[in-house]
Amino acid sequence: MRSKPKLLWIDAVSCNGCSHSFFNIDLSFLDNFELLYHPLLPSGDFKIQNSDILIVEGAIKPNFLRLGFDLNELISKLFFKAKTVIALGTCAVYGGIFGEGLVFNKTSKGKFFKCKDKVINIPGCPVHPEWLFYILNMLKENKKIVLDELNRPVEIFSYTSHMGCTRNEYFEWKVDAERFGEKEGCLFYYFGCQGPFTHSSCNKILWNEVNSKPRAGTPCFGCTEPLFPKENLFQTETFMGIPANIPLGVSKRAYLTLSGIAKSLTNERLTKKLIKCENEDKQKDN
Amino acid sequence: MSKEERKLEIMKTALNLFAKRGFYNTTIADIAREMGMSVGNMYNYFPSKESLAKELLIYTSKVFGEEIRKINEMDISSKEKIKKIVELYFKKAQEEPELVDYFMRVYLSNKEIFNNGCEGMLCVSAFVTEIMIFFEEGVRKKELKNQDFFAAFGLFMGYIGGLAFLNRENILGKSLDEYIEPVSENIYNALKA
Repeated sequence: MRSKPKLLWIDAVSCNGCSHSFFNIDLSFLDNFELLYHPLLPSGDFKIQNSDILIVEGAIKPNFLRLGFDLNELISKLFFKAKTVIALGTCAVYGGIFGEGLVFNKTSKGKFFKCKDKVINIPGCPVHPEWLFYILNMLKENKKIVLDELNRPVEIFSYTSHMGCTRNEYFEWKVDAERFGEKEGCLFYYFGCQGPFTHSSCNKILWNEVNSKPRAGTPCFGCTEPLFPKENLFQTETFMGIPANIPLGVSKRAYLTLSGIAKSLTNERLTKKLIKCENEDKQKDN
Repeated sequence: MSKEERKLEIMKTALNLFAKRGFYNTTIADIAREMGMSVGNMYNYFPSKESLAKELLIYTSKVFGEEIRKINEMDISSKEKIKKIVELYFKKAQEEPELVDYFMRVYLSNKEIFNNGCEGMLCVSAFVTEIMIFFEEGVRKKELKNQDFFAAFGLFMGYIGGLAFLNRENILGKSLDEYIEPVSENIYNALKA
């Protein structure tokens, strides 16, 4: 029998949100690993040591003390003693809210760019527990993980969070949602949804196996992207009424032509509410 | 002459007749006679006057759209682009006044002809898309004010369309060319950031 992979998990400049997100899976899964250290779970005392998998949760920052070391120095030491490094969460991948990422600093090269061949980037704020579960499983089984040019696993990040969204029919016909939280209408045109240009599989691998932000009536915030967080997350940025960001892979000219045609060809079925709330008329009367 | 070229000839003939006699007073037979074709043969090109009207609109929109696309792709400021679009429109209005006539007197005034297949922006999308791109890029470059699309579109197109219309009615005291500069300036002043 193969020995268990040694897993060392440290928190850099972080809110520990990715850890808490991961706790939503059955943690007996971790019995498949030798957990050398985790900041929140019962594990051995921290020491600089070799590992099969190093998980760095959170951003890096100069002159930041962690576990008795300067943070950047600590990560350097652990980095070269690890076979594989997982940058966990948007902060670790791109800098996110707290600082700089390992391989990337927003859209520029980060401190560990030269060593990127060792790194698997899993952005997200927080990271979906199933995504990390999948990567750890693949590593445990010694399976090849195909990465894209930003070192993200293609199985997870080739998609956009638009794919699988239950509001896609409304998007196709340019039918807007009237307010947050309602089941009908698309959130892309006014309410800030970044789904069509965000690399993520949130609507394919659902959260808690039941839902996603857009399904529940909240826009996708683009939390897996290099420039997260942007401002005005609940409002679509427009230039003269035209969305500043358009779906990936299509030219502006083609998108405007297509969406103009969709808007002109009214979908009668969707312009009316599919499910009418009984109290709606009464509420309006009041 | 290929079928497409022949269709184009028919459309140009129809445009002239619509301008001279009006859309409703012009029949397929009139257009055929002017073309020296049989009515039966005309129907091989256009199954009805409505379908001809629709294709004419798509064609006009494409002609303008392609010209504005060239302007959009120039490496010049939004102010200069406004002037080039005004120039283009006024030039067309003088060289092919029946085009403006068609747009104003047929398309905008007889929407019932276009209900089936030209709803909304469908048949003018080639033109409107280029105007959208012009506005969007102007705002993105911070040269134009970020405002409602139709507020800007109406100001721009309504203004130059109105001038072309007045010119066609012989109401303007000067040539349309003399209005290029002040009209472009006014549009820029209204749209600038």
